Formats: sequence, C-alpha cells, structure tokens
Amino acid sequence: MNNFSYTRAHSLDEAIQTIGNNTKFIAGGTNLLDLMKYNIEKAGLLVDINPIDSLRKIELLPGGGIRIGALVTNAATAYHPLVEERYPLLSKAILAGASAQIRNMATNGGNLLQRTRCYYFYDPDTPCNKREPGSGCSAIGGYNRIMAVLGASLSCIAVFPSDMCVALAALDAVVNVSAPDGDRCLAFADFHRLPGDTPHIDNNLRPGEIITSIDIPEKGFPKNYSYLKIRDRNSYAFALVSVATGFELESGIIREARIALGGVAHMPWRVLEAEDFLKGKPATDMYFSEAADIILRGAAGFEHNNFKIKLARRAIIRNCTMALHPETQLPGAQPSA
Amino acid sequence: MPSPVSVPDTSGNVFKPEKINFLVNGQQHSMDLLPWVSLLDALREYIGLTGTKKGCDHGQCGACTVLCDGDRILSCLTLAVMKDGSEITTIEGIAEQGQLHPLQKAFIDHDAFQCGYCTPGQICSAIGMMKEGKARTRTEVKELMSGNLCRCGVNTHIIDAIMDVQNQNGHE
Ligand SMILES: Cc1cc2nc3c(=O)[nH]c(=O)nc-3n(C[C@H](O)[C@H](O)[C@H](O)COP(=O)(O)OP(=O)(O)OC[C@H]3O[C@@H](n4cnc5c(N)ncnc54)[C@H](O)[C@@H]3O)c2cc1C
Ligand code: SF4
Ligand code: FES
Ligand code: FES
Repeated sequence: MNNFSYTRAHSLDEAIQTIGNNTKFIAGGTNLLDLMKYNIEKAGLLVDINPIDSLRKIELLPGGGIRIGALVTNAATAYHPLVEERYPLLSKAILAGASAQIRNMATNGGNLLQRTRCYYFYDPDTPCNKREPGSGCSAIGGYNRIMAVLGASLSCIAVFPSDMCVALAALDAVVNVSAPDGDRCLAFADFHRLPGDTPHIDNNLRPGEIITSIDIPEKGFPKNYSYLKIRDRNSYAFALVSVATGFELESGIIREARIALGGVAHMPWRVLEAEDFLKGKPATDMYFSEAADIILRGAAGFEHNNFKIKLARRAIIRNCTMALHPETQLPGAQPSA
Repeated sequence: MPSPVSVPDTSGNVFKPEKINFLVNGQQHSMDLLPWVSLLDALREYIGLTGTKKGCDHGQCGACTVLCDGDRILSCLTLAVMKDGSEITTIEGIAEQGQLHPLQKAFIDHDAFQCGYCTPGQICSAIGMMKEGKARTRTEVKELMSGNLCRCGVNTHIIDAIMDVQNQNGHE
C-alpha cells in the first residue's frame, strides 16, 4: 500500500471540494483497501465520506418508490423493513453477496463501484488493459473460467462482480450523483458500461462525482421474485452466473417480467426484448426457455468459460420457476430443492 | 511498537500521524497512528492485543473479525483512523468477571477448534450474528457464519457450538 494522507468530509460540499487528482473517496473500504494493499489502486489522499450523515438514510419517495443513501451499509439496506417488504429481490441479492462482516461494512455507493475480480487484474505482474491501458489482456487466451460471455471486447473480457447491482438493474433503479457543477441522475442501464476499447473505465461516473443515493421505483415484485446465484462454493464466493427475476402475474399469465444476469458481462445484463416476449404468456418453462435464448443471443465463450452459456440458460429457466414460489427459496440465493 | 512520527516519502511529501481514541474492551486508548495502519494492525501491533488474527489481510477469511460498536466487521479492511471514537470488542474482551463467555464454553464442549487460529474470529462473528438476530435455523446459521473460514475443517463442530448457545438462549 502506498503512503497516503487522510481527511474527513463532513458535508457533501466539503467532499466535492476536496476530491481532485490523486485523491479517492473511502466509504466501507472493503474494495479500495483490498486493492490498495496490492498497489492496484493508489491515492495520495483518502477522503473519508462516512461523517456525511445525510447520505446514510433510507426514505420513501413521493411517487411511491424509495431512496437508499449511498452510505447505508449493504446489511442495513437488506434488512430494512421497507426493503424486505417491498423489494425482497434486492434484499435477497445483497444477502447473496460477500459475508455478513463485509456486508456490515460495505456501502451501497461502494458496491456500485467495486472493481472486477479478474485474476489478472489482481496480478500486477501480468498485462491487463483495465489496470494498465494498452498492456494487453491476459485473460483472452489465458485462464478465463470466470470471464464474460456477453458484451466482451477484444480489449477486455472481465465481468462486473456485484450481486446487488443485478437486482438494481432488474428494478430499474436510478443513481443520483453530485459534482461541483451540479447533480445528475443516471438510469441504472446507463451507469455501468461495456469495456469496448477503454476497459479501464468501469462506468459512466465522471471524475470528481460522488454517488449520493439510489432511487428505486415503486414496482418491487414482492410476490414473485427470485435471485439465484451459482458459484464454486455454497456461500461467500462471487457468482459464476446469477439471475434476478421479478414477475407480475395474473392467473398464471405474465403481466410484467424483469430478468437481469450477473457474472456474465462487464455490467448487469438485461435484454428488454426477452421481457417483452414474456408479456401475456403463461408462466411456464417453455416460455422461460425461449426468453433465455433471446437473452443469451450472441453469447460466446473464450474456452474455459464456455460452460457459462449453458449454465446461464439453465439458471434463467430455474430462477423464473423459483420466482413463482418464493417461499421455497433457501438463504444465500442457492438453488431451491 | 512506538507511535510513529511524521514519515517523508521519496517525493518529499510528509505524512502525519493522526490522533486516534478508541475504547477497546472497555479500556480507553489514545494514540498517534499513520493513516494507513489498519484496525487489525493497531490492535495487534500498537495495543498488543494479539488475540485477533491476521489470516489473509484481504477480507477473505474472517480471522480478523472484531465487534465495532456491537457489529461484526473485518479489522483488516478498516483503517484504524476511520474508527476513531468507536468502541471495539476483541476476543480478549468477551469473558466477564473471569467467566468464559457462553460461546467460549460451547467451543470447548464441542471440540470446535483444532489449531485455534480461526477461533477468535469465529467467536466474535457468532456474537455479532446473535445480536443481528437473523439466523434461526442451522441452515441460516451456516449461511451467516460463512464469512469465517476454518482451515482445519472444524466447521461442523463450530456450528454445533453456536446452535447449542442459541438453543440455551431460546429456552431462557
Ligand atoms: C472477500 C470479499 C468477497 C466479496 N464478495 C462479494 C460478492 O459475492 N458479491 C458482491 O456483490 N460483492 C462482494 N464483495 C464486494 C463488496 O460488496 C464491495 O467491496 C463493497 O460493496 C464496496 O463498498 P465499500 O463501501 O466498501 O467501498 P470502498 O472500498 O470504500 O470504495 C470502493 C470504490 O468506490 C468509491 N466510492 C465509495 N463510495 C462512493 C460514493 N458515494 N461516491 C463516489 N465514489 C465512491 C471509492 O473511492 C472506491 O473507488 C466482496 C468483497 C470482499 C472483500
Ligand atoms: S479481462 Fe479485463 S481485467 Fe482481465 S486481464 Fe483482460 S483486460 Fe484485464
Ligand atoms: S485477515 Fe481479515 S479477513 Fe482474513
Ligand atoms: S481451528 Fe484451525 S483454522 Fe479453524
């Protein structure tokens, strides 16, 4: 870890004024400090935003949705009565991620900005375009079991590892950010990005901007939802493939469907065409599998991760079935019996 | 280890220690620490409480779990300076008046450790979990204790010990 100075921001204004070149915000620290210990992230000054109490609340929005503050911890969000009751899909996805200790520290803002878990990104002795633009990608042609099967580029095939964000994508969340020149709102689909030929840029947050909160519209699919996370061990491991599903059903007919995938691309993956296709159809395996084919159109593996395509297809179908019976779900978003 | 003075780096920057006050296991500690000292290193190297263990130093194993204002956290991924003013409880602080904590007793009764390296983290984590009150069934306890790895593979006994204490509490 490089030596650095430390300061606290007590207000949003102070945070925005203090941030600049070679500085970074620190919230929970669970991703930043991990990467700084490997010298992958470096900063001359850390600006601790934890004293900004205005970013640590969950509140109802006039339109019926909720606003979750950037500094609310992942645990406090998942266990908040409003979230448990109205957005159990979000609760479930958060609780499928990391460990209880990490969720007690990790913040909602930090979760959106966590970096990839590509092994080469974490290994400074290997080329990696994300870590060092122009150096090459070690995962293409290397060991790439955990990498992307959708939306990858010739520069980078890494995946975005968050669970929480898969649910936020399915729920049509909006990210609120502030900067010295004003505030903006980014639709969740516009927040993260595909790698293209600039994989060192994970998302569309501009330098100096701070995430203040995330808004979730009213529709939370509390009756028919499911988050399925497939990984190498039952708990405390990143997703190989994950699926968030929300349905609005009427006598077995799908009125509205949301399906988002994690672990397969550089951002949560949603295909609106598949959701439109399901509208008006009976909630059966046959249609789920057709929707899965639409979602996975164009999927391509890089050798060791070829299995993810078939796995994702099955996970989509299974998770859609699980969404019909949320009461059968196991803790940690494991496949139900 | 003595408190450090200011440290210059090769480009002439000078890094100043920060004044930090903690209540650790009921005892007030005041010290000057450089900003990059983790809470784990502060506890072990500066306060001399070596019960909290460093397994991976990267958030992967849970050996460094402590309670911060009652919540279980990983001390390796926390800067000490970020916890200024907090109340920290480590494995050294959970016995009361010379009496082992019920979880400590249960760990002995159930043979819930072999080398013992993960044990302080396991016990602090279990105390935090019980306070959270979200784990009722054995499956839920396993899920909510998954952040603490045991290289010796004593997990089954660890869950037995925790279930034992949970059940005792339930029947009080
Ligand atoms: C062992 C381990 C396992 C994990 N497993 C999972 C998992 O299975 N699923 C999962 O989803 N996640 C997992 N995580 C990742 C974890 O969820 C993230 O590390 C966490 O959400 C990051 O939040 P933080 O508050 O700690 O961020 P920090 O580490 O404090 O910050 C991360 C980045 O965000 C910036 N930042 C933070 N807050 C703001 C803000 N408000 N505005 C602008 N910039 C900001 C920081 O400058 C930094 O660049 C795991 C982490 C570890 C260590
Ligand atoms: S996949 Fe992306 S993050 Fe991984 S080595 Fe290639 S460029 Fe780096
Ligand atoms: S030492 Fe902190 S989690 Fe391993
Ligand atoms: S008892 Fe040895 S690591 Fe758990």
